[in-house]
Amino acid sequence: MVKLTINGIDYEVERDKTVLQVCNDIGIDIPTLCHDERLEPYAACRMCLVEIEGAKNLQTSCSTKVREGMVVHTHNDKVMDARRDVLDLLLSNHPIDCLTCEKSGQCKLQDYAYEYGVREGTYVGEMRNKPIDDSNHFYTYDPDKCILCGLCVRVCDELQNTNAIGFEDRGFGTIVATPFDQGLGNSACVSCGNCVSVCPVGALMPKYDTKFRLWETKKVRTTCSYCGVGCQMDLLVKGDKVVGVEPAFDTFNNGLLCVKGKFGYKFINHGDRLKTPLIKKDGEFVEASWDEAYKLIISKIEDTKAKYGADALAGLSSARCTNEENYMFQKFMRAAIGTNNVDHCARL
Amino acid sequence: MMSQEKLREIKENARPLLDERLKVEDKTEVRDGNIVLKGDYYKKQVRIALRNCEIILPESIEEYIALDGYSALGKMLFEMTPEDVVNTMIESNLRGRGGAGFPAGRKWLEAFKYDADQKYIICNADEGDPGAYMDRSILEGDPHSVLEGMAIAGYAIGANQGFIYVRAEYPLAVKRLQAAIKQAKEYGVLGNNIFGTDFSFDIELRLGAGAFVCGEGTALMESIEGKRGMPRVKIHRTAHRGLWQKPTVINNVETLANIPVIFQRGAKWFRGIGTEKSPGTKVFALVGKVKESGLVEVPMGTSLREIVFDIGGGVADGKAAKAVQTGGPSGGCIPVELFDTPVDFESLAKIGSIMGSGGMVVMDETDCMVDIARFFLEFSVDESCGKCVPCREGTKRMLELLEKITGGNGEEEDIARMESLAVTISTGSLCGLGQTAPNPVTSTLHYFRDEYEAHIRDKTCPAGHCQALLEYYITEDCIGCTKCARSCPVSCISGKVKERHVIDTDACIKCGNCMEVCPVGAVILR
Repeated sequence: MVKLTINGIDYEVERDKTVLQVCNDIGIDIPTLCHDERLEPYAACRMCLVEIEGAKNLQTSCSTKVREGMVVHTHNDKVMDARRDVLDLLLSNHPIDCLTCEKSGQCKLQDYAYEYGVREGTYVGEMRNKPIDDSNHFYTYDPDKCILCGLCVRVCDELQNTNAIGFEDRGFGTIVATPFDQGLGNSACVSCGNCVSVCPVGALMPKYDTKFRLWETKKVRTTCSYCGVGCQMDLLVKGDKVVGVEPAFDTFNNGLLCVKGKFGYKFINHGDRLKTPLIKKDGEFVEASWDEAYKLIISKIEDTKAKYGADALAGLSSARCTNEENYMFQKFMRAAIGTNNVDHCARL
Repeated sequence: MMSQEKLREIKENARPLLDERLKVEDKTEVRDGNIVLKGDYYKKQVRIALRNCEIILPESIEEYIALDGYSALGKMLFEMTPEDVVNTMIESNLRGRGGAGFPAGRKWLEAFKYDADQKYIICNADEGDPGAYMDRSILEGDPHSVLEGMAIAGYAIGANQGFIYVRAEYPLAVKRLQAAIKQAKEYGVLGNNIFGTDFSFDIELRLGAGAFVCGEGTALMESIEGKRGMPRVKIHRTAHRGLWQKPTVINNVETLANIPVIFQRGAKWFRGIGTEKSPGTKVFALVGKVKESGLVEVPMGTSLREIVFDIGGGVADGKAAKAVQTGGPSGGCIPVELFDTPVDFESLAKIGSIMGSGGMVVMDETDCMVDIARFFLEFSVDESCGKCVPCREGTKRMLELLEKITGGNGEEEDIARMESLAVTISTGSLCGLGQTAPNPVTSTLHYFRDEYEAHIRDKTCPAGHCQALLEYYITEDCIGCTKCARSCPVSCISGKVKERHVIDTDACIKCGNCMEVCPVGAVILR
């Protein structure tokens, strides 16, 4: 354990933690734009700066480990001025179009501008002016809104291990790009959307088909139904329509999803979606009740089994079922039907 | 296989040949038992890092050995433990010559103490300050001294691999280093089982791709690892977790070139040179408006006046000296009133500049200090890696403010704006490049504030340098030859033949043609 003083109060905290982690534990809110507990510290946004007595410059709390006897100030004038100036600099190179920005209401830059009372960027000069990359089927990248926190690049590298994107050029001209500027749609990107999920501003945005504000939606926690892994996610529901998906961070998939979970939700409210069983009568599919459908299936199975034996039947289950459902299905085929002819679409 | 006897034999054979050659060339003399370069320029200099430059043939390992080369390494492998070597370095108090002045011995000690299966030595040869070429001269003129310094460092901390990160823009240095490494391996002073002992040390070159920020230690390591050159978060010391997360000592070229001599002559001898806190010498690239530009190596504590006037011969073209800029884009401008300041790490920091790697640019009365600040800041803006906000966005905004001022559009509040921005950038940036980027601006604001005010309030450039604030004007010396009017691309000069001409300043585009063609020098800028 280590003893230190934060904002005049003494604490005894675990060794090997960063100042930011300790502050989070004890309920001191420190702003961050580039920090993610799942990733290596990056210390680029400089919003988490704190004053540590004895240090020449302000220190980033995300990358400073606690030390015995440390005296930390997280919200004194010097720190607050530095954070305000950082926000001012960011906003001076960021379109102030919150009124129409899709991210409004869930944008960290907007939240901090509000919290720190920075109404607009006060430095008048050149602003980034690059075209939007909309070559990916599921999301877009708007470099003008990007604050270069690097979360997308690092998630793609450290968590997704795809390395589809990186930084291009340097200094004021830096942007996030794919190799040789081929565009996201022509890159190694697997469209997992984990970069989109971590973007703190409106630079990486899903291609929504419904306009909504976050405060108009309610979040519904559910299990992704695409495969047996069982990733947890929050459906964003506006009225009775699913308008977006966010990965759950407080569970085993740890804020990650794949392309299906992140972007494959539009079938839910799609007009072509089947909502009742269909039975072919006189060459045409006709809507039927579940009872009717089950009865038909049972009678066909019994007929076939009586006529040709149990091995004339085979079962094929879906990767969209859970492991438990798949287990039950093979048990059903073996015990109830009496055959080992059972297979699964995702077997190798 | 190399042995101490064999080294002595090579030395004894090579020395007479070297003496013979030097005698024929007649550019050296013997002073206090050392071979030094002749001439007034060198009289006041004490050359340790540059001891062999321009004296030995850089391609010849024999000539390096003739002047005691590799004797320090050979001796230490048999007579000193790695711990002794580290202690000698600490005792010498050799401070890093790359700019920050961190004691090399303490760096070595950290890496020495840290237990690991693999350690590395890196030579930082990514010299990039505008006008600075100290390291280049050492690499081109005496590559073996750097190799020997690295091998000594390797023995001290227990590393068997070294890397020299050198700019690709230094092709001759690269060529000479490659040749020197090959020779050193052939002679058994580098590679496996050096001097027949079980100490092995290999050196490889890594070429930089032109980014200034790769001179920053952790960005350099990222670059060697094949990643984008951006500074790392300073959560671990590089002496504990550096290159490929292994303990790494990174020293600059000049630092390494000092090391063999320290072990030949002892730490005490070294401490006898220079000042107490900054022992030894420092090499400067004396450039700018000075009469005799070139490399100057003087004991620490020598005053700027001695360097600029006694060695450099003062300012060229009979103009008055105005300032000296030290430390490149991270340094500051020191006004002529402070030329008696001794040049050492502490004294320069006290007056708002830094020692830096050794760039020393002399400025005269025609240099506009606002524009000088703009020049150095532009360099930092171009070379920022773009990782952290204060450096990426802040230096750009500061440059825009300076351009506004030199462009004649400065407003009163711009100075305060720059001052507060300078605080954010210097206290809030991730690496040294950002933290020191405002120095050229803060130091000129401190010493030459009146020039900023003249640009802003009076819309004039006192040094007569900023084009936007100047007007072309025809004096009464005009003979009415009409040459200027005929050469004006926008026809804004009027006047009759043999009568004084007049420039319409509203229409003038300040191309300067009139000034160039005037046969009597009647066109002036004011």
